[in-house]
Amino acid sequence: MKRPAIEPGTIQAAFRGSLGHFSLDASFVVPARGVTAIFGASGSGKTTVARCLAGLHYLPGSFCAIDGEIWQDEAAFRKTHQRPIGYVFQEASLFSHLTVKRNLLYGAPKDVQASSQDSIGYDEVIELLGLVQLLDRSPHKLSGGERQRVAIGRALLSQPRLLLMDEPLSALDRPTKNEILPFLERLHARLSLPVFYISHDMSEIERLADHLVLMQHGHVVGAGPLQVLQGDPSLPLAAAREAAISLDATAEHYDPAYGLVTLRVSGGRLLVPAPRVAAGKRQRLRIAASDVSIARAAPDASSILNVLPARIVSKSPLGPGEVIVVLALGADGRGAQLLARITLRSWDQLGLVEAMNVFAQVKGVSLVPGPDGAASEAAGPDAIAALDKFLDGISFASSKAMALPKSHARQIKSPGVRRCSELETSFPHSPSSA
Amino acid sequence: MSGLPPELWQSVWLTVELAAITTVILLVVATPLAWWLARSKACWAEAIATVIALPLVLPPTVLGFYLLVTLGPNGPGGSIASLWGGRTLAFTFEGLVIGSVLYSMPFVVQPIRNAFAAIGDRPLEVAATLRASPRRAFWTVAVPQARPGFLTGAVLGFAHTVGEFGLVLMIGGNIPGQTKVLSVAIFDYVEASRWHEANILAGGMVIFAFAVILTMTLIEKRSAVVRP
Repeated sequence: MKRPAIEPGTIQAAFRGSLGHFSLDASFVVPARGVTAIFGASGSGKTTVARCLAGLHYLPGSFCAIDGEIWQDEAAFRKTHQRPIGYVFQEASLFSHLTVKRNLLYGAPKDVQASSQDSIGYDEVIELLGLVQLLDRSPHKLSGGERQRVAIGRALLSQPRLLLMDEPLSALDRPTKNEILPFLERLHARLSLPVFYISHDMSEIERLADHLVLMQHGHVVGAGPLQVLQGDPSLPLAAAREAAISLDATAEHYDPAYGLVTLRVSGGRLLVPAPRVAAGKRQRLRIAASDVSIARAAPDASSILNVLPARIVSKSPLGPGEVIVVLALGADGRGAQLLARITLRSWDQLGLVEAMNVFAQVKGVSLVPGPDGAASEAAGPDAIAALDKFLDGISFASSKAMALPKSHARQIKSPGVRRCSELETSFPHSPSSA
Repeated sequence: MSGLPPELWQSVWLTVELAAITTVILLVVATPLAWWLARSKACWAEAIATVIALPLVLPPTVLGFYLLVTLGPNGPGGSIASLWGGRTLAFTFEGLVIGSVLYSMPFVVQPIRNAFAAIGDRPLEVAATLRASPRRAFWTVAVPQARPGFLTGAVLGFAHTVGEFGLVLMIGGNIPGQTKVLSVAIFDYVEASRWHEANILAGGMVIFAFAVILTMTLIEKRSAVVRP
C-alpha cells in the first residue's frame, strides 16, 4: 500500500484486512475537529473501525494518522495505551472495584484539577456531566445513564486528543438517552476535541454530527459533511423514508407577537415558531424530505410560512410512484440544499426539469436543541425528571387550561427534536411522540 | 493446654510453617501461570493446564514416588542439595516445600485462572484506552478484580497443604521438627495407641476444615454480591 501524504488538520484512515469472517476495507479522510459520525447498519464494521482507530485491533498494512501524527503505517503501530484517545464503550464498562471518583481519575494526569482552553479539568467534568452526587458510589449502584455519564467523564479526564464513542447510548432506553444527549451537545460546544460518534440511530447523528462516514458491509460508501451526504441521492440516506437535511442556522430576529424566530440559512430565511431566542444564536434545523413540496409559482394565499426560491439540482426515482428531488436554495441555486419527496405524477404535471427555478414550500422545520439550547441551559436531569413528573400529574388533572405551560415546559424538557409545524397557531405544539 | 506433649505443638507449628511458605510460593508462581492460561489462545496451554491438574487425580504416592527419585541423592535434587553440602532434598523440610507446592498447585492455579478469565477483555481494554500500560492494567485492574480468586486459591492451597499425608509420608519421612507434620503425627499417635493425642489432633483438623470451607463459602458469597 502506498502511504498517503500526511495532512495536519485531518484524520486519515485506511483500514484493510479481515478479522475472523469479517473483512474490512474502510478508507476516509475527515477534518480533525467537530463530531464525525460513523453510521451504518449493525455488522457494517463501524465498531471495527473505531477499534482500529483506538489500536484495539491490529490490521497489518493499514494506515492511520491523526492531525499529522502517524499512529499506524507499515513501519509502526502505536499500542492503545500510547494513543491519546478517550474511548466510550457501548456498555459503560466502569471498573467495578473502584468508586466513581477513582474511576474518573484512573486515566487522568495528576494535575487534572484545572481546566484550560482546550483541556478539561476535574471540576468542570463533574459539573458538565452532573456527577457531584455520584462520586463516592460504587458503579453497581448507578443507573445505566449515570454509568454512561461516568464513562464519558472518565474518557474526557484522560485528556484525549481524539474521543471515540461507540454507540454510547444504544444500550439505554429512550428517556435515559434523552438525559445524556444534552450533555453530549454541551460537550460538543465546549471542546474543540475531535469526536468519532458511532451510531445506527440517525436521529442522534442529526443532532450531534458535523461530518459523516457512511458504512455498508465493511466498506465506506461515503464520507463528508453531514448535509452533503444527507442530500446525495446516490447514497441510501436520501432514499430512506425518514430522509432529511440538517442545516445550521443563525437566529436573526424574534417576533414576540407571533412567537416566530427568523433563522438564516445559506440561501434563504426560515420563520419558525419557537421560544424567544437571542439574535446571533446558532441553531440546528432538521427539514424532512416529506415536509418539502415544490411549486412553480409562489402561492399568494397559503398557511405555509416558508416558501423559498430554489433551483432543482437533481431528481432521482424513489420506488414506483415517487421521486426525491434535490433543491438548492436561492434563485441562483447556490444556497443550502434541501430534499423534497414528491410524487412522480406531480413532477410530470408541473413539468419540472433539472436546473429549473421553483419554490420550495417547507411545511415543517424541526429545531434541534443546540449545544446552548434550552435543554442544556435547564437544570440537570434530576430537576428535569422532577418537572416532568409534576407536569404529568397536572395533565391528568386538567386539560386545556394547562396545555400552554405544559407545552413550554416540554420544550425545556424534551431534548428530542422539537417539532414545530406550519400550523396557524403561534405556539409550538408539544411533540406527540415525546 | 496441659497434658499435650511438646512434640505435638512442634508438629502443629511445623505444619503451619510448611503451609504458609507453600502458599506464598504458590501465589507467586501460580499468578503468572494462571494469567497466561487465562489469556493464552495457544492450544498447548490446555496441555500445560492438564499437567498442573494431574495431582488432582493421581494417588499422592505416585507423585511422591517420582519426587523421591527426583529429590534423592541421584536426582537433580541431590545436586542442588550438594550446593550447601547436603546429600539429598528428600526427607528435608525444603523437599517437603517443593512437594507441597507441586501437590497443591492445581488448587491455587484453578481459582485464580477462573477469576482472571471471568474479568474478560473489556476492563483491560478500557484500562489501555486510559493510557494504562499492560503492567499497570494487570496490577490495578486484573489483580483487584480477581481478588476473590486469589482468596479462594490461598485458602485452598493452605488447607490442602495442611491436609496432605501420602506425599509427606513418601518424601518427608517422619523426622520430628523437620518433616513430622500433623497428618503424619496423627498416624503416628494411632500406631502408638496414643488415642488421646490422636483425638485432639483429629478434632482440631475437623474444626480447621470446617472453618476453611465456611470461609470459602463466605468469600464466594461476598464476591457474588460485589459483582453485579
